[in-house]
Amino acid sequence: MGANCSIFEVGVIIMDESVIQNVLGLYEEKIDSLDISPKEKTALKLSLKDRYAKMRYDPGDAVGVVAAQSISEPATQTTLRSYHRAAGAGLNITQGLPRILEIFDARKVPVTPSMKIYLKKEYNNKDKAVEIASSIKETDLKHIMVMDSLDLANMALEVELDKGIIKQFNIIPDKIISAVKRKVKNVNASVDGNKLIFEIKKDKVTIKDLQALRFKLRDVHVKGIKGITHCIVERVGDEYVLYTLGSNLMKVSKIEGIDTSRLCSNNMFEIAEVLGIEAARNTLVMEIIETLRAQGVDTDVRHLLLVADAMTQSGEIQPIGRYGLSGSKSSVLARANFEETIRHLTDAAVYGLSDDLNGIVENVMIGKTAKVGTGLVDIAMKTQKKEKPKKVAETKE
Amino acid sequence: MSEVYVNGYFVGEHDSPLELIKALLEKRRKNQLPSTMNVAYHEDKDEVQVNIDAGRVRRPLIVVENGKPLMTEEMESKLEKREMSWDEVLKKNIVEYLDADEEENAYIAVSRKEVTPEHTHIELDSSLILGVAASVLVFPEKNRGDRLNYGSRMAVQAIGIPLQNFLQRDDTTYNVLVYPQVPLVKTDSMEAVGLESHPSGHNLVVAVSTFYGYNVEDALIINKASLDRGLGRSVAYRSFVTEFRRYWGGQEDMACIPDPSVKGYRSEEDYDMLDEQGIIEVESSVPEQGVIVGKISPLRFLGISKEIKMGLQNFRDNSLTISSGNSGIVEKVILTSDAEGNKIVSAVVRDTKTPEVGDKMATRHGQKGVIGLVVPEEDMPFTADGIVPDIIVNPHAIPSRMTVGQLLEIIAGKVGALAAKRINGTVFKGEEEKIRAALKYMGFRDDGKETLYNGVTGEKMEAPILTGITYYYRLYHLVSKKIHARSKGPVALMTKQPTEGRSKEGGLRLGEMEKDCFIAHGAPITLKERFGSDKVSIPVCKDCGVIAIEDHIKNRTYCPLCKNDVIVNVEMSYAFKLMLDELRSLLIYPQIVPESS
Repeated sequence: MGANCSIFEVGVIIMDESVIQNVLGLYEEKIDSLDISPKEKTALKLSLKDRYAKMRYDPGDAVGVVAAQSISEPATQTTLRSYHRAAGAGLNITQGLPRILEIFDARKVPVTPSMKIYLKKEYNNKDKAVEIASSIKETDLKHIMVMDSLDLANMALEVELDKGIIKQFNIIPDKIISAVKRKVKNVNASVDGNKLIFEIKKDKVTIKDLQALRFKLRDVHVKGIKGITHCIVERVGDEYVLYTLGSNLMKVSKIEGIDTSRLCSNNMFEIAEVLGIEAARNTLVMEIIETLRAQGVDTDVRHLLLVADAMTQSGEIQPIGRYGLSGSKSSVLARANFEETIRHLTDAAVYGLSDDLNGIVENVMIGKTAKVGTGLVDIAMKTQKKEKPKKVAETKE
Repeated sequence: MSEVYVNGYFVGEHDSPLELIKALLEKRRKNQLPSTMNVAYHEDKDEVQVNIDAGRVRRPLIVVENGKPLMTEEMESKLEKREMSWDEVLKKNIVEYLDADEEENAYIAVSRKEVTPEHTHIELDSSLILGVAASVLVFPEKNRGDRLNYGSRMAVQAIGIPLQNFLQRDDTTYNVLVYPQVPLVKTDSMEAVGLESHPSGHNLVVAVSTFYGYNVEDALIINKASLDRGLGRSVAYRSFVTEFRRYWGGQEDMACIPDPSVKGYRSEEDYDMLDEQGIIEVESSVPEQGVIVGKISPLRFLGISKEIKMGLQNFRDNSLTISSGNSGIVEKVILTSDAEGNKIVSAVVRDTKTPEVGDKMATRHGQKGVIGLVVPEEDMPFTADGIVPDIIVNPHAIPSRMTVGQLLEIIAGKVGALAAKRINGTVFKGEEEKIRAALKYMGFRDDGKETLYNGVTGEKMEAPILTGITYYYRLYHLVSKKIHARSKGPVALMTKQPTEGRSKEGGLRLGEMEKDCFIAHGAPITLKERFGSDKVSIPVCKDCGVIAIEDHIKNRTYCPLCKNDVIVNVEMSYAFKLMLDELRSLLIYPQIVPESS
């Protein structure tokens, strides 16, 4: 390039040399420790720098398209089999393509919400782990009873409790009764050995009333955290880890003995609510990586980071698709090109919208050069005359 | 209480369904109830189904009682010698027919050897566990299951003799193999299926070897001399039909050699092959898009006055031509009429298709491939006996697909050819040891391998190569009917974009995802070039953003709204212009705002 030429301003940011230095600094020590001559060391550093510079994306590269292709091409090859046995003891957590879809569609609640709970050091033994697990797992009355039956003679409901379970979970019958009273009003309860007897405070009790009570009682929440249907203790390395089916981050994090710094859930929205959007972004990335890895797909993290950034940049998790990122594009034509063509075109007509033709799709549509890659740059030249240095001649499309 | 249904209608309930069924069956076997009756107990639904209606598919099975088949081996030989009739067997209830329902309750042994007291029936023959499609495969038990699936799927696509009366017919398309052979390695059910009288392949000498890279990726090397001798040669028939219609006003289509004054007249030599009736002579060769039947139709619209004044005949040429990509010799012409009495002319054109590079062939083991190279016989490898293979298959086709049956067929075919005997390859009936022993007895290695000599240099090849005979199908996927390329060509009227499809000489679509690839590579200028097929330059009013009117008579371009003539030419794809027009028809007013500069 001649002295009179310069890169036309199109928002190109030349990467600061210091960034490269920072990255290379990570390897500096390692290179210095190698058993090679100083000359070779400098050569190695130089070639490393060279490599790094080459690996960077050039200005104008369609990063988004590359990310999309890098994720979706291998995703088409993953199995459609959705369930996979995780954590040995039989928790079925959605995997594979359905899970990937679930993440990118940003569904409010995953099909199988799940948590991974680490324990604090002093609680890290089998007994404590099992105890915590049992305190997390949702226990309803139906889980701890042997049977319930109607006592038609006394117009009462008898619930026989399971001795073993009660002992194991350390549940006091009085506690159950208070739990029942919280949920169902107008009930008298008494304990008779293993049996709980419930009577309805009403003048004329019908069988229908008793039946209704019977089904209501079954779902009375006795112990644990609502929504967590399973909780399994697994030994991972020298640690005991709890895996759950069902997720409730807020409540679980309040339980004593839990290492809240490593507590995680696969429900991104819950994380965004409890821990904030940055945490949700990280979970998003981790979840995608994990599901892809499980299928043997090894996609570069940076593609996933880009997607996660795009999905969370508004401060809340946006899905990719009609109601999310694609639907919030600024260009009318780009939106019309994607989905709901008629709605976008009529809206544009009603509100008198205009399209500046800055995006890619719009330009492809109308047959213009899109502003990516080689289409991004224009040649501009300062005129030779010194009198009018400010006038710039543009080449036209 | 289980419910009892007869022919699907509820008739009552019964306490012990199993006893009911037992009693019914006993009565049927004593011929007190019709043998066409089938009884089944559905345990899951707790219901008894009794069926005596028509339309059920039933199959014969030998009855087993107390672990003993009622059909003794003695009876079997009697049946074979026709000393005993099938009716007798049925009458004695040695064999009974089960429908799909009753079959669910039966416990059927595949062979005599595995009969236990629990068994209720035994197959007439062990190969009957296979259906029609699978039963024509040889040594199926030695192949992986999916290969059988592929094998029987491809057998359907083989060119053979579909019908023996093909000379009398005029189907739209059909292929007939010229020298079909009955397979050397056969199955028992082939005769029943009709493949003995309608064979669809050839027994080819196969060598399992590489050949200068021309048979990688499942390609096949084929011997030129074998092709010349008629290997895989087939005749493709195609019929072309035209109808002579009558219109109101007494006008009608006419068959004739069109007069040069007729609208759309081709040229004199185009009508050369037609006789005075305008119908092509049998056995004349027709080129691509050649005329078969000369036909003139009345004009759909009367032309503009100029034409009428000039005294042109009010007819247009509507001759029947061969569609593009087809040519051949006229086999026969059929003259007939339809229900309304309109004359119909149908001409069958035949074309001989010799296998060429790109044609598809397959074995009965799901091993398909495309011809990669046709080699002159003198360059093909040969055995010490002077046997030159017809086909060379790449050995890489075998291990990953585990088609052991194919290897066995090669050996069995070789034995069959040497002993002039057909070998049985029915399921569970192939006798590998016997085949190998027979091959050894005839002086060959028992693994079928032979020393080959390089056809070009005459050198002995280092490794012995498996050579033998395999039955090959020629599948009807012929390159000559698929090959397609275009540079410029016809465009669709509405969009000005290239047409689609081979028959319309269409372009190959650069789709949505392909477009993304261009963008991902950062090459939008290349993309613009590729999408430029419908590029147009359109005059647009600078103020209104509306497409301007080009008046050639007044030689003026002006805006239809403001009559202004400040016009700029905007380049865009025609499809986009079309979209703008469509929006306008929806009363949406899309404006093009040219860049101000």
